[in-house]
Amino acid sequence: MTSDLMSLDALLPVLPEIALALGALALLMAGVFLKGETHASVSGIAIGLLVAVGVLALLYPIDGVLFNGVFVADGFGRYMKTLILIGSALALVLSLSSAGENGLAKFEYSVLVVLATLGMMIMVSANDLMSLYIGLELQSLALYVVAAIKRESTRASEAGLKYFVLGALSSGMLLYGASLIYGFTGQTQIDEIAKVLSLGDRSLGLTVGLVFLLAGLAFKISAVPFHMWTPDVYEGAPTPVTAFFASAPKVAAMALLIRVVMDSFEPIALQWQQIVIFLSVASMVLAAFAAIGQKNLKRLIAYSSIGHVGFALVGLSAGSQGGVDGVAIYMAIYLTMTLALFACLLALRTEDGFAEQISDLSGLAQTKPFIAATMAILMFSLIGVPPLAGFFAKWYVFLAAVEAELFVLAVIGVLASAVSAFYYLRIVKVMYFDEPVLQFAAAPAELRVVMGAGAFLLVTYFFTVGAPLGAWAHNAAGSLF
Amino acid sequence: MSELLSAYLPVVIFIALAGVIGLALLVAPFLIAIKRPDPEKVSAYECGFEAFDDARMKFDVRFYLVAILFIIFDLEVAFLFPWAASFREVGWFGFWSMMVFLGILTIGFVYEWRKGALEWD
Amino acid sequence: MTLSLFFFYLFAIVLVGAAVMVVSSRSPVHSVLFLILAFFNAAGLFMLAGAEFLALMLIIVYVGAVAVLFLFVVMMLDVDFAELRQGFLQYAPIGLVVGIILALELIMVAVGFVVTPEVASASAVAIDPTLSNTEALGRVLYTRYVFLFEGAGLVLLVAMIGAIVLTLRHKPGIRRQDVGAQVARTPAMSVENVKVKSGQGL
Repeated sequence: MTSDLMSLDALLPVLPEIALALGALALLMAGVFLKGETHASVSGIAIGLLVAVGVLALLYPIDGVLFNGVFVADGFGRYMKTLILIGSALALVLSLSSAGENGLAKFEYSVLVVLATLGMMIMVSANDLMSLYIGLELQSLALYVVAAIKRESTRASEAGLKYFVLGALSSGMLLYGASLIYGFTGQTQIDEIAKVLSLGDRSLGLTVGLVFLLAGLAFKISAVPFHMWTPDVYEGAPTPVTAFFASAPKVAAMALLIRVVMDSFEPIALQWQQIVIFLSVASMVLAAFAAIGQKNLKRLIAYSSIGHVGFALVGLSAGSQGGVDGVAIYMAIYLTMTLALFACLLALRTEDGFAEQISDLSGLAQTKPFIAATMAILMFSLIGVPPLAGFFAKWYVFLAAVEAELFVLAVIGVLASAVSAFYYLRIVKVMYFDEPVLQFAAAPAELRVVMGAGAFLLVTYFFTVGAPLGAWAHNAAGSLF
Repeated sequence: MSELLSAYLPVVIFIALAGVIGLALLVAPFLIAIKRPDPEKVSAYECGFEAFDDARMKFDVRFYLVAILFIIFDLEVAFLFPWAASFREVGWFGFWSMMVFLGILTIGFVYEWRKGALEWD
Repeated sequence: MTLSLFFFYLFAIVLVGAAVMVVSSRSPVHSVLFLILAFFNAAGLFMLAGAEFLALMLIIVYVGAVAVLFLFVVMMLDVDFAELRQGFLQYAPIGLVVGIILALELIMVAVGFVVTPEVASASAVAIDPTLSNTEALGRVLYTRYVFLFEGAGLVLLVAMIGAIVLTLRHKPGIRRQDVGAQVARTPAMSVENVKVKSGQGL
């Protein structure tokens, strides 16, 4: 048994990952050897590293299947990796201004974020159940630590512990499923599994394996009924960490789910479609109703993110290229909305902490008109009001569902969307029609840039980025079929 | 299958012997030793008072750090066994892949050294 | 064959018994000790299945390290386990239902198990009966699966960073031994001659 790597040139498709890994090691050494307070400079370099790796991946797009089929570099992977790198880099940018209060003034934070990003890139490129698991564990392990990094805070420690215990459980389910699939097909490689499956003669054990694998993945994207950890972890973890959790890892897990079901279980599409449709309906409906009663902003965002995962899964349920297109676009828009929303939250700093409750936003339109306007745009986009980007996100996934004749699913989606409008609009009402209660400090420049850019992209989506993003997503999805 | 068992027969005999000796030492006192317990004799004694609280104390979290760092290097060593067993087969490629693996963990080691995780206080 | 069957049932029965004792014994320390017994018997089962490497790894890693860690955790947390156990009966029915469902699923899988001949030949890496499994593992792990191997290295690195970030605390103001600085010290660095004027003191 030898490797298929005959020369170093063969490593080119995996160059972005190698660069990120070497960069993470270098950052760790820099952090520990440089004198004085190193966290600010290390985060600066980490942001530069993430951007540089993104540029590298986009400038030198080299496709290929490497390491005897364990790793695949393709258009779909590059699209998702770009989103992940943007998400991680911006999450680090958002953490800069409030690192001290949030217990993030440790250089290890940036190193762990970079290593988690590396794990996500491996997940996106995983072409084998084993590399899927290694990537997932690299990501999750770093996230567990990051969730609890503010160690003097009991809530953060609780969030970390809860996330860890439930995450370990889901990894166990995923492994159990993967081992059943291996046992019944004799293959761990994703495209080889599809070949064995298309021969026919599938046993019940395979279905059980599929269900366990999907349950494990559903946990990672926090789809109902595997969502219980999300509100607690989002609330307990420091806000910049929550911003990270809500952005890049969601994209990575969704990309992984898409690749697994589209590539490997394509021959038994009817079986996984049932599961994905269930996850989708449950997530949309539960999130829409559960979010209504929330008073804490971060819990509200947690339910909102559960709902959006449900909407994205509508596209996947279709099982068509149009559906995957829709999910790819959805994840890009979701990422933009999430990061801009967290930029707003982090900008709302009072003398003793941050705005955490919805009531803290009262009269924001009078005290901070720019932030209030941005948040209002975000809320309308999250509802899916045209012509904001959120509308187009939902439009593509519902269109795919209708084309696949999943009419009931599309109708439930639209209804859930309408219900969710209630709690998004309540925030707008509180900001514009209530009397101000809190005074906020001036927002740091980088947060204003993220907010402004996010709002600009969402408003002008149709005229600016819409067409190129759609074309790119279409190409990316095309590489899976 | 019986070939496998016979290969491990010395181990089985060894464990059986250890078990017999251990059990003998546990059982013998029950049979031989003189026992006349009374409530005062078997009660916990703390300077004339009843025991105040649990005898177990909270362990310092530092023990845990040492243990987990040990586990990580233990796992690293576990990866070395198959490498050594197939060293001839894997060639230079296998050699360098192990060197990269060890390099990653050495960087981790340097990190923990510099952080002072290996020092007690 | 009967001998190996005898050992299989011996290990299996002790394993299940030890597992029951892990959850039902009163002292958490005893639970950990029963866990170690369970690990040993699982290692025995692996050995019977011909997976010697896994069996020995189970003993080295789980018995040698993880069980020790569990003991530390049990002692560190200082949880009143007697109080914790009071909820046990309350949750037992739900646990029982979940357990039964899982067991039913396992039985369904076992009943539906069909050994299709093409699966063995379709296996990604063919099994060579002449090799010991440590060697067989070594032949693919460092070459064919090098990507996964280095990935595992990174996972271990994250674990290391995580353990240090979350638990390392240095008491402030502690003066550590610094052998280099201490040895390099000369009288000129530490002794200062001061001329004290008489009658004034320092």
